[in-house]
Amino acid sequence: MKNNIRWIAVTLVCLSVNVMATEGDAAGMIKNSKGNVSIERAGARIPGVVGTPLFSADRVRTGSDGSVGVTLRDNTLLSAGPNSLFVLDKFEFESTTNAGAVSVGVRKGTLAVATGKIAKQTPESIDFHTPTSVIGVRGTEFAIEAGSGNED
Amino acid sequence: MRIDWPLIIVAGLLLGGCVSERVVLLPSPDDRPTAVVVRDARGEVVLDKPYASVQRRAGEIRPVQSSPAEVDKWFGAALAAQPLKPRSFTLYFAGGAEMLTPESEAELATIKREIAGRPASEVMVIGHTDTVGGLEANDKLSLKRATAVREILIATGVPGEKIETAGRGEREPLVKTGDEVAEPQNRRVEISVR
Repeated sequence: MKNNIRWIAVTLVCLSVNVMATEGDAAGMIKNSKGNVSIERAGARIPGVVGTPLFSADRVRTGSDGSVGVTLRDNTLLSAGPNSLFVLDKFEFESTTNAGAVSVGVRKGTLAVATGKIAKQTPESIDFHTPTSVIGVRGTEFAIEAGSGNED
Repeated sequence: MRIDWPLIIVAGLLLGGCVSERVVLLPSPDDRPTAVVVRDARGEVVLDKPYASVQRRAGEIRPVQSSPAEVDKWFGAALAAQPLKPRSFTLYFAGGAEMLTPESEAELATIKREIAGRPASEVMVIGHTDTVGGLEANDKLSLKRATAVREILIATGVPGEKIETAGRGEREPLVKTGDEVAEPQNRRVEISVR
């Protein structure tokens, strides 16, 4: 319950930030898209086609025939297989210092990751998580699979 | 208290039988040491060898060495969707001027092709300086260099809205030097195409 409240709070903060965001503040962009791919943003569903920008708090979902590849502004590569749902909980990147933070939640399905400049500069500010684990990064490439549990 | 054994056994089979979560460390492309740490409420597991993995069964994570074939089976579709790795080019300036060296000038065509050849390509133009001058002045100078290269790229036909500029100042020298050292190799602009 406490956890749920925390998530709602995080989501609300992210949503309000997202409303203010413009194209220039995009966290990343879809570079590959196959089959059914959609982005859930502020309650709306947007088709996840190649060239669609991605913002903090976006939820990226693939259907049974879908897969998607995203490159974040710090050169992090995220790619999901079919029947997947991942959430870009947080993305901050300052290109002068390469300081920043990344937080990505894998709710279900598969996600392959190749980390970028933020991980090189401050690996401790990167985290990937599933409903039950937190994955800390001290390297470059890894893959995560999460069972189909509670999506929220 | 009455215990319903069959139900418990069924639940156990269900939980124990399927992997509900999996994390695999993949080989690093440059063979450098790499690792991930998987933490949950019960503790943590460090994965530091290629294809080392953890699998969660019945609520517990345990380390398992996996194989490339298994990774392909579990993550083949996700890995196939991975975007092209960003590619980086470095341009140098002739002397202190804002003129590219002839070699760098010649590389512009390759860079333009790389940008045109990628789906939904984006470009980060990153200026760098040597250690002559103060931090703040070098931040400004590096951004100025990046802006100049952005203009050059636009002049060759790359759409301006694809190109973002950044000035890293003297933070990332190609050749490590002391402070106040003039080093042509460090006066450069990196073009990262993603």
